[in-house]
Amino acid sequence: MFDLSARRALVTGATGGIGEAIARALHARGASLVITGRREEVLAKLAAELGDRVQVVVADLAEPDAAERLMKEAEAAGPVDVLVNNAGITRDMLAMRMKDEDWSAVIETNLSAVFRLSRAGLKGMMKRRHGRIINIGSVVGATGNAGQANYAAAKAGLVGMTKALAAELGSRGITVNCVAPGFIDTAMTQKLDEKQRDSLLGRIPAGRLGAGADIAAAVVYLASDEAAYVTGQTLHVNGGMAMI
Amino acid sequence: MSDIAERVKKIVVEHLGVEEAKVQENASFVDDLGADSLDTVELVMAFEEEFGVEIPDDAAEKILTVKDAIDFIKANS
Ligand SMILES: NC(=O)c1ccc[n+]([C@@H]2O[C@H](COP(=O)([O-])OP(=O)(O)OC[C@H]3O[C@@H](n4cnc5c(N)ncnc54)[C@H](OP(=O)(O)O)[C@@H]3O)[C@@H](O)[C@H]2O)c1
Repeated sequence: MFDLSARRALVTGATGGIGEAIARALHARGASLVITGRREEVLAKLAAELGDRVQVVVADLAEPDAAERLMKEAEAAGPVDVLVNNAGITRDMLAMRMKDEDWSAVIETNLSAVFRLSRAGLKGMMKRRHGRIINIGSVVGATGNAGQANYAAAKAGLVGMTKALAAELGSRGITVNCVAPGFIDTAMTQKLDEKQRDSLLGRIPAGRLGAGADIAAAVVYLASDEAAYVTGQTLHVNGGMAMI
Repeated sequence: MSDIAERVKKIVVEHLGVEEAKVQENASFVDDLGADSLDTVELVMAFEEEFGVEIPDDAAEKILTVKDAIDFIKANS
């Protein structure tokens, strides 16, 4: 089960907490990888640790033509069977204080770049009659959260895009799904102060923050052949903090 | 020149899984050959690959029949 040795997966945000865990888990299941992010040294270190079957491509997805170039470079070295859109940023702020720039930076990286990279990858997937697109959303996209109007909008937008693409591409053996993490222990949540963390923990039935590996396991499942009949869905991995 | 027509028809037969006899020059991909919108996108991709031409989106929208495809490729390759 969940054998990925015939697959090649591109993971964005592989320098981050969740992305690194996803890359490790896919690789452990036999997948070849393309890992990408902006920090080259971090990517090189991860690639060296993983050993074989890893291509590194540095790309800043906030640049409009980066997605196209990234996919081209990745596909020059082999097919991209699995695309994991994981890169994401936060610019938290109360709406009244949120500048246009904070709004658009988050929409651009967390939503528009995902669309562009997916579009670039679809051609090959359509030809091969097989593909997996897995978008990393957030519980906040379903529940909302004070101070995250931009982030919640982008993550909810991902859900709609996921469903539209799933409908378009289902007949070609391509599935498109979301994984929506709750609160995962990474650089993103280490920005929270102790009080915020404690109050969060009180709302999580599992009694702990999630780990990157919790998200990675869901990604492995959706990437696998076993999940061929699952598409257009959002898989919530949140320790029970929101039951939706 | 007729070679182009033959190659176009072959691609259409392969992609849409229709009988060769049905692929007449005036046949419409959607109305006569049962293509859906995704099929038409794939056909254009296949033509681009086979003939090494680039078919921009606005030109692709006008390729509705087998003849449209043959004419475009003849004019642009
Ligand atoms: N942590 C959580 O609790 C949580 C909860 C729900 C959802 N998520 C989602 O999970 C995903 C991963 O988050 P994380 O917690 O692992 O965060 P993280 O540790 O801060 O990592 C973010 C990743 O995104 C990449 N990235 C950001 N902007 C980029 C850009 N312009 N171009 C290319 N790459 C860019 C970063 O790469 P570089 O640093 O190399 O630029 C980094 O690898 C995000 O989509 C996030 O929204 C996280």
